[in-house]
Amino acid sequence: MTLTAPYALQPAQRPAHLLWRRFLRHRLAVASLLLLILLALLALGAPLVAALLGHDPNAADLLERLQPMSLSHPLGTDELGRDLLSRLLYGGRVSLAVGLAAALVSAVIGTALGLIAGYFGGKLDGLLMRLTDGVIALPLLPLLIVLAAVDLNKLGLPPSIANDESVSLYRMIAIISLVGWTTVARLVRGATLTLRERDFVRAALAVGAGPWRIMMVHILPNAVSPIVVATTLSVGNVILLESVLSFLGLGVQPPAASWGNMLTNAQETIWSAPLLAVYPGLLIFATVIAFNFLGDGLQDALDPRSE
Amino acid sequence: MTRYIALRLGESLIVLLVMSFAIYLLIGLMPGDPSDMLIAADPRITSADIARIKALYGLDQPLYARYSAWLTSALGGDFGNSRLHLRPVLDVMGPFLANSLLLMGASFLLSVAIALPAGVYAAIKPHSKLDHAINLLCFAGISLPVFWLALMLMMAFSVALGLLPAGGVATPGDGSFTDRLLHLILPVITLTISSIGHYTRFVRAAMIETLRQDYIRTARAKGASPARVVWGHALRNALIPVVTVLALSFGSLFSGALVTETMFAYPGMGKMIYDAIMGNDYNLALVGLLFATLVTLLGNLIADLAYVWLDPRISYASGEARR
Repeated sequence: MTLTAPYALQPAQRPAHLLWRRFLRHRLAVASLLLLILLALLALGAPLVAALLGHDPNAADLLERLQPMSLSHPLGTDELGRDLLSRLLYGGRVSLAVGLAAALVSAVIGTALGLIAGYFGGKLDGLLMRLTDGVIALPLLPLLIVLAAVDLNKLGLPPSIANDESVSLYRMIAIISLVGWTTVARLVRGATLTLRERDFVRAALAVGAGPWRIMMVHILPNAVSPIVVATTLSVGNVILLESVLSFLGLGVQPPAASWGNMLTNAQETIWSAPLLAVYPGLLIFATVIAFNFLGDGLQDALDPRSE
Repeated sequence: MTRYIALRLGESLIVLLVMSFAIYLLIGLMPGDPSDMLIAADPRITSADIARIKALYGLDQPLYARYSAWLTSALGGDFGNSRLHLRPVLDVMGPFLANSLLLMGASFLLSVAIALPAGVYAAIKPHSKLDHAINLLCFAGISLPVFWLALMLMMAFSVALGLLPAGGVATPGDGSFTDRLLHLILPVITLTISSIGHYTRFVRAAMIETLRQDYIRTARAKGASPARVVWGHALRNALIPVVTVLALSFGSLFSGALVTETMFAYPGMGKMIYDAIMGNDYNLALVGLLFATLVTLLGNLIADLAYVWLDPRISYASGEARR
């Protein structure tokens, strides 16, 4: 018997494969992943759907108000005669884009601060962690409302930028990231504190690796699991925040559609057209719960010791 | 311990100070200023009048001068007048605070009363059918957009069935106890559904962790019944982290109900802060936000103290490391 062959890992034993198999065991997470892929494809294909149906999702047509389902309007029309299906799909683009972007930016900020605090320790660590505590203590929603309402003209931005339509999207990504990084920062700091004392890090230090190299090459790859899980879970949270802000009229500005601001108008027609209030909310709910299940499944797959 | 508390209180004060400046700055950047309404209300107003009004409110001063003037009088106990309510800010806040406490207290008790048994039963047999069902409900509660939930409840119980009032604290002219109670039902249910998932998952996690401990095995080995092990031995220790998380969440209650209160037109702190922000009521918004922050910070401190007090294995030093 040769010693070489049995030690070669079979495909089924490769870490990525094991991970995938553990993930597949979490049926809700798999279903969620499929749902999210479907939603993403639909959102990406929104212009195509709108073009096929021949509607501009933002163009009002008062002769077509509150139409029931039909071939030309598969889900009917809203109180301004706009095609509901197209608007829902365009709204999905907003929710997914803001959710993913803000969660990623938060993850980057949190990872950077967590690595620095955990690796350098001492006064810097104390300062950064007090900052984290401070941000966590802030009344999140009222603060986001203030940040979303700030007049960009007063901030000294040129009116051409401050009054641009797409600015509300970037603004939301920015303000949610500004307060959303704390969870990842704490997780990464905790992981860094333990990893810093491990032998392979000390060995790297002994052969003269600098702090930057140690953080990026030795610590970060080993702290990826909690970052991935926390970021996936935070996408759902961000989508909830975005929908609330848009609902209150502070997020995505009409006529552009978002699931949140579609519900603002649906509130007015709750007697005559209750379904208008049902669809956007159901989509928010389905998307958020899918991200939460996905995060849960990833947690189980990435960290088999949890439970 | 006194030193520890003093240190933490000092930290909280610094956070509050930084926060007050940041909010002052941000609110100054919101569209419009207090003189706009006066100007809009009177078409004969001249630019000299406008300048006089702005000088009266101190709006011609640079930001730091306005802030230090506000801070000086705030430290003296004068937080200024509310522009929306035309009364001193602290007087205005009282009734809103009382309404909030009522709403919060009711939903808090209801949440804990449901979350505690649900979390424990889920933990007794992890990955059983019951556990999965409870887990599914928790995720659903966490993932529901609160404003939509409020809208759907209103649609079902107020619009379609006509059973419950859709908003406010009382019917004008009525205000009896039952009437007020009826007005509380939908907001309390909304708040409870939106917070119960987190509590339940936390109780479950704490319980599973506790049931793994050696002393639980000892209790089982000496023949304690399963019910006694769970409710007598395990629950008390599982409650330690649960108590801290409840204390932590208490702070966010004041601003966390903003959406629920706004949807049901319930005059609590959250709605007060929202209306103040939207209505350019600088003083009221500022004090409301600072108050919410203060409560959160105190909640954190109480959570840390409770943690050490309830669990003798933890000292203040390691309690500090926990963060």
